[in-house]
Amino acid sequence: MSNAVSALNGKVATANGVTVRDCGLQGMISMRGTFEDENFFTVLSHIIGLEIPDVRTIVSNGDRSVAWMSPDELLVLVPYADVNGIVAQIEEALQGSHFLAVNVSDARSLIAIEGAGAAEVIAKNVPVDLSAGAFGEGMVRRTRMAQVAAAVWCDGADSYKVICFRSVSTYVFDLLAQSAKDGLVGAL
Amino acid sequence: MSTRLSTGGRLINRNKPVEFQFNGKRLKGYEGDTLASALFANDQMMVGRSFKYHRPRGVVASGAEEPNALMNLNSGGRFEPNQRATTQEVYDGLTSTSQNHWPSLEFDIGAINQLFARWLPAGFYYKMFIHPRAFWKHVYEPFIRQSAGLGQVPKEQDADVYEHFYFFCDVMVVGGGVAGLTAAMEAAKSGKKVLVVEQTAAWGGRAVVDGGLIDGESTEAWINQTLAKLADMPNVTLRDRTMASGVYDHGYVLAYERLTDHLADKSGARHRLWRIRAGQIVTATGAIERPLSFAGNDIPGVLLAAAVRDYVVNWGVSVGDRTVVVTNNDDAYRTALALKKAGLSVPAIVDAREGGAGAIGAEAEAAGIRVLKGKGIAKVKGGKRVTGVAICSQAGEGAVLEEIACECVAMSGGWSPVVHLWSHCGGKLVWDDAKVMFRPDVDKGPTGADGKPFVIAAGSANGYLGMAEGLADAAAAGRAAAGVKGEGAPSATDAAEKAVAPVWLMPQGAGPKKRMKAWLDYQNDVKVSDVMLAAQEGYESVEHTKRYTTLGMATDQGKLSNINGLAILSKSLDAPIPAVGTTTFRPPYTPISMGSIGGSARGDLFQPLRRTPMHDWHDGNGVDWEPVGHWRRGYAFVRNGEKVHDAVNREILNVRENVGLLDASTLGKIIVKGPDAGKFLDMLYTNMMSTLPIGKCRYGLMCNENGFLSDDGVVVRLNEDTWLCHTTTGGADRIHGWMEDWLQCEWWDWKVYTANITEQLAQVAVAGPKARKLLESFGGDMDLSKEAFPFMEWREGKLGEFDARIYRISFSGELSYEVAVPASQGAAFWNALLEKGQEFGVMPYGTEAMHIMRAEKGFIMIGDETDGTIIPQDLNLQWALSKKKEDYLGKRAQERSHMADPKRWKLVGVETVDGSVIPDGSHAPAPGTNANGQRNTQGRITSTYYSPTLKKGIAMALVANGPDRMGETIEFQDENGGLIKAKIVDPCFYDKDGEKQNV
Repeated sequence: MSNAVSALNGKVATANGVTVRDCGLQGMISMRGTFEDENFFTVLSHIIGLEIPDVRTIVSNGDRSVAWMSPDELLVLVPYADVNGIVAQIEEALQGSHFLAVNVSDARSLIAIEGAGAAEVIAKNVPVDLSAGAFGEGMVRRTRMAQVAAAVWCDGADSYKVICFRSVSTYVFDLLAQSAKDGLVGAL
Repeated sequence: MSTRLSTGGRLINRNKPVEFQFNGKRLKGYEGDTLASALFANDQMMVGRSFKYHRPRGVVASGAEEPNALMNLNSGGRFEPNQRATTQEVYDGLTSTSQNHWPSLEFDIGAINQLFARWLPAGFYYKMFIHPRAFWKHVYEPFIRQSAGLGQVPKEQDADVYEHFYFFCDVMVVGGGVAGLTAAMEAAKSGKKVLVVEQTAAWGGRAVVDGGLIDGESTEAWINQTLAKLADMPNVTLRDRTMASGVYDHGYVLAYERLTDHLADKSGARHRLWRIRAGQIVTATGAIERPLSFAGNDIPGVLLAAAVRDYVVNWGVSVGDRTVVVTNNDDAYRTALALKKAGLSVPAIVDAREGGAGAIGAEAEAAGIRVLKGKGIAKVKGGKRVTGVAICSQAGEGAVLEEIACECVAMSGGWSPVVHLWSHCGGKLVWDDAKVMFRPDVDKGPTGADGKPFVIAAGSANGYLGMAEGLADAAAAGRAAAGVKGEGAPSATDAAEKAVAPVWLMPQGAGPKKRMKAWLDYQNDVKVSDVMLAAQEGYESVEHTKRYTTLGMATDQGKLSNINGLAILSKSLDAPIPAVGTTTFRPPYTPISMGSIGGSARGDLFQPLRRTPMHDWHDGNGVDWEPVGHWRRGYAFVRNGEKVHDAVNREILNVRENVGLLDASTLGKIIVKGPDAGKFLDMLYTNMMSTLPIGKCRYGLMCNENGFLSDDGVVVRLNEDTWLCHTTTGGADRIHGWMEDWLQCEWWDWKVYTANITEQLAQVAVAGPKARKLLESFGGDMDLSKEAFPFMEWREGKLGEFDARIYRISFSGELSYEVAVPASQGAAFWNALLEKGQEFGVMPYGTEAMHIMRAEKGFIMIGDETDGTIIPQDLNLQWALSKKKEDYLGKRAQERSHMADPKRWKLVGVETVDGSVIPDGSHAPAPGTNANGQRNTQGRITSTYYSPTLKKGIAMALVANGPDRMGETIEFQDENGGLIKAKIVDPCFYDKDGEKQNV
């Protein structure tokens, strides 16, 4: 474990009141299954302690969250050290039914964008309506960030999280840092 | 002389003088000046030379429609050609130069062209330069490119940064004039989210200059109050210096915000491209005044009438002491009155209409202005500036009745609504005979996904030129856009006007000499005579005439010339204007910078770079990078004094003798899980995967439905219902998509889930006779001995302190393990391998060493041996085609006669007789020629290398009947037209029995 380092290794950049920050190692489990299946959501709420989120939303409780990804895919966020144990629990509980639970913690990077103007920094790069009325706390979108795939959610006032693939984390971080540096728009 | 007036100029700040340069001269202006107004203030009448004839040209307009005053701005990394002086604001330190002249603006050699204008008519280039053929490239084109053309191409990298911004609104209002503000207010009152953009720095459009009262207030006061109210509304966003450049499907609009073009301080983004989704779009884009076509209408000092009053009222600048107004409508009288009010002289208003103007005509005469009715301009006198006009009867052929001395001619040929944005996405136009204009056909707007229109034209952009009717139309448009009912509009009164007269040529009977001096398109030097000639030569379509004459094809896209040109064409063809139609309006409305289109995609952000967990180590240790998709992989790791290929050879020999490390993290890794996963993989791979025992690995081939090889890799059975499929580096995303395509669209009832976990794992190939020793030195809980861990199996456990899964597979032919660890441990694992491997002589090796070693073993490479037309049988891979399976993707295609043809070229090894290396892709000629007279061929090289192991050139080739010709010598082409003798051999050059990898 002492050898585990996040791709961005704690990088931080601040400009114009917006901070772009590597969140470090984050446990992530990609889960696929039939949401309507009683077994599936019972197991999920029992082991993770959270209900299945509505379309394009994320539900959280303490250090655990579940984000809606597609009609048959969820992203479960738990502390990095807990991932293997939770995957094993899910596999045991769902044995015999058709599902997939796979550790993707290291396949992605988690980046925080915080501060007044954070929404605008993101809106320079994703084709999503990030105005407060349209994209409030608890909303999540899988989308495109400039030239790569990303997921974005809002976890509080002027506070957003972005997930991207690990291999492009430097690109995404630099993109967001540059967008913050280039100034705010004053339109969101 | 044009000059700055002592008073007036509502947009300039006389307390803030600025200094700028034009053609090396230091000139003074004020903050708020455009470059055009500041040049007038300095009596710079001539601002450029024309495109074709190099005629002196001055500023014609006061806004975005300007065709003549194109400038090179700034220098070095901020140099930019073709910028309109009328839209560029001046600031301290701005430098500008005029374009298209040599050696200087005042004395220009190319101006001799105008003496030959008779021999440079429309289509001249097409007619003249076609023979002799070879002359075009070497003589004509270089000469024409030197003598014609506009600005220079920037030579340095752009010094500024640019960005995009995504924005969503219910209603977008384009244009911040009184119509736009009215529409915005009506829409905003409903609570809808409203965005208003104005292309200039000043709100209110023409209304302040044109005067009148709105709701009993001066236009200026009303505009300021309305703006303040809008700014206070939380649902309204106002942006100035922002031009809506194009309207696209589904309410998508691009808007171009210029952030620092008007400032000396260039920090921050220069331009911001707004990428907007609007529910409804209101185009309150105003109207553009048309020039009149009379002889000499391009001489500096001839301006649009409205522009002349703009310069006086907005910037306190007079174009000349004496201005003759020439018009076919009432509006131009406002210019005469504005000039009078500023204390300037108006010797005459020349009105082509016999009846003259309405109420405003009497007002002008009351102000002491002489009004000549039914008259026109026979010609403008002057060369580099206007000195006077000759007056004639509009009805005649141009006999001069009198001459009037003046410095400025203010012309107005009527107004054309700005219908560009309405038209971009399919809005139709209708010709209004009474108003002499094309205006939006309100029932045929561009429609969205629901079949309903999503663009509404408002105010003068909709053909309502009067203040009262325009405001009423705009208020209705605002409500319609917001989807609310209501009534009312800001109140105003329109004075009774006399109708505009269709005047397309002045005088109407002007002969050839006058027509050759009557300009339609200033920027591309197209005259009335050129369009007439095109019609005479059979060009009936307006689109063809445009391209033949270049009318409207310059950077202004015919904003001034379009309607006048097609009116002349319609007259020449004896067809009504609506039958001739308009050319197509396309985005952008005015040119936008390339930088804004690129946005942040420049420098390091130009393209995403995919990095493996070990990327930084490679970067710091002599790596020679190779791009593989968006990844960078190490081609070789070069040490001091080595050439790249020395390094490759060293790396190979080290793997063969000691142990090497390859960063294989980029290999695709896809989890396939579910009760039907085995069945699914049996369909995807040509060989059996469902029978693969848990704990084992199997090499597999994938074909597309046409039978062609698409990808390959090692498949691993993880447990009862889970497989892990390795793909090629470039194939990872494509194969994952391919799997999901089949699962979602074809076999949607099969119970299979996939997950692309390529980036979850860092993977290292540890290859060489000492590989086992190196891994064993880590310790851990896995037995790596030959007996406990045989070839083509995998184990999972602790390798020292690392969580590892190890596959015993080999692409190099040596004893080899591929070790996967979580990506976050990848860098540490790589370092540990290097450290522990020191005693075993470990070295990293790159992709080229990997390629050569697999070729020594005769292993195929997707993309080298395959090119999308190769089937497994061509590569002697029949052993990987399951005969037990009923079907797999590509199976039936491979049974088609051409695929089963024994004459298909087949894979063999090739060894040069002299040990040299055959060029890649080289063909083997065969006797005779084919049906096209080309030399026959009998094979081609697919991979070719120098093998440091065998110390000679080796290659793989597809050869006709290849496997049956072992030992035969054939010839391949070299790069100099010669031939290289080579022997056909088995493709496996090294350790055919696999003794090395099975130790």
